Amino acid sequence: MKKTIVAVAALLLGTSSVYAEVIAPKNVVYQDGAVSKSLTGVAGDPAAGRKAFLNRKQGNCLACHVNSDMADQPFHGEVGPSLDGVATRWSEAELRGIVSNSKKTFEGTIMPAFYIDSGYNRPLDKFAGKSILTAQQVEDIVAYLMTLKTE
Amino acid sequence: MGFKPFVTTALAIMGMAFAAQADENAKLVIDGQTMITQTKAPAFVENLDEIYSGWVFRSDETQALQLDDFDNPGFVFLDQGIDLFNTVDGSEGKSCASCHENVEDFAGLRAKMPRIKDGKLQTMEEQVNECRTTRMGAEPWKYSGSQMTAVTALISLQSRGMPVDVAVDGAAAPFWEKGKEIYYTRYGQLDLACANCHEDNYDTMIRADHLSQGQVNGFPTYRLKNAKLNSIQGRFKGCMKNVRAKPFKEGSEEFKALELYVASRGNGLSVESPSVRN
Repeated sequence: MKKTIVAVAALLLGTSSVYAEVIAPKNVVYQDGAVSKSLTGVAGDPAAGRKAFLNRKQGNCLACHVNSDMADQPFHGEVGPSLDGVATRWSEAELRGIVSNSKKTFEGTIMPAFYIDSGYNRPLDKFAGKSILTAQQVEDIVAYLMTLKTE
Repeated sequence: MGFKPFVTTALAIMGMAFAAQADENAKLVIDGQTMITQTKAPAFVENLDEIYSGWVFRSDETQALQLDDFDNPGFVFLDQGIDLFNTVDGSEGKSCASCHENVEDFAGLRAKMPRIKDGKLQTMEEQVNECRTTRMGAEPWKYSGSQMTAVTALISLQSRGMPVDVAVDGAAAPFWEKGKEIYYTRYGQLDLACANCHEDNYDTMIRADHLSQGQVNGFPTYRLKNAKLNSIQGRFKGCMKNVRAKPFKEGSEEFKALELYVASRGNGLSVESPSVRN
């Protein structure tokens, strides 16, 4: 048992050192709003993405979007569209682009850009030069969104 | 299996009950006086047809607290305001009441604030501190401190029921324009302007919060959230922090201009001070 854990940990560490190339916010390439390349090279974790989606200090996506997959949670926002079946309507690359900087897809949208670290006015010092989400959190949330398919 | 489907259904129904919808039929009547909580937007407010008091967007329970001054928790602070109004302070041996014998004489003032005085934009807080420093020889109060909000609430109460009517033209015009520019400028890491929430998306839910038009006709307002009277600019500060922006300073030219602009968007609504909000 113990050996397996060590082996898995070693494997994980190995993986992250091979794919340590995180794409910085300013280097993200958008094509018609979509971002085809993973920001981290590490596959997103839908379970972690679900948590970041809910977390009020991270994605807080539920603040603005209804999501039936979270029917056990009170207070779904109504500012943006429902995310039910969002993976049926959009590709992974499009969702990555929308989460990272939705203004590249929807001009003038109220939705914050979750993966930019400049270009906003008067940020509080503790947020200055930072993006709302880390690259991996974006990948995790995109992986979670990809599970929201219409049957 | 057990309870789960039932619980989920119940929550779904609750969720529906929480769905945002301003209660346009509810009437705010205090002491026999009907407040104007909805009216036609002033012509200069380009993107709204109707304007609504924040009272309209609150829950039935919160709304009820404002119907009777005995239930309104803000009135605890009004009593403090009366005491402060009558308290001698400073080198001249005066209180507010030394010059302003009847606080009722302030009827109408709140509806006109902020205003232009000697070519400058002046808020009610600044007027109070001007009296304190120049006439009373007293120390100025903190802009949104408990003494200030208690006294501005007392003065504002004298205008309750009167329609907000701040001047936007003439000498006020350049300040108003500046305030308008700030209202439509996105700030903070979340990159949001006042207008994104309070003009484009009022009457929708942002998680547990029912977005209002951000009207300031009820200020100083008692908030259940912090159990005290809140100033207009104190609220602006809170909003800016919420969007992860560095707030302007209370009493700054930016916030004063924004206060004038936001107040003007409520021209025609009744002064409700001290209102009750969540």
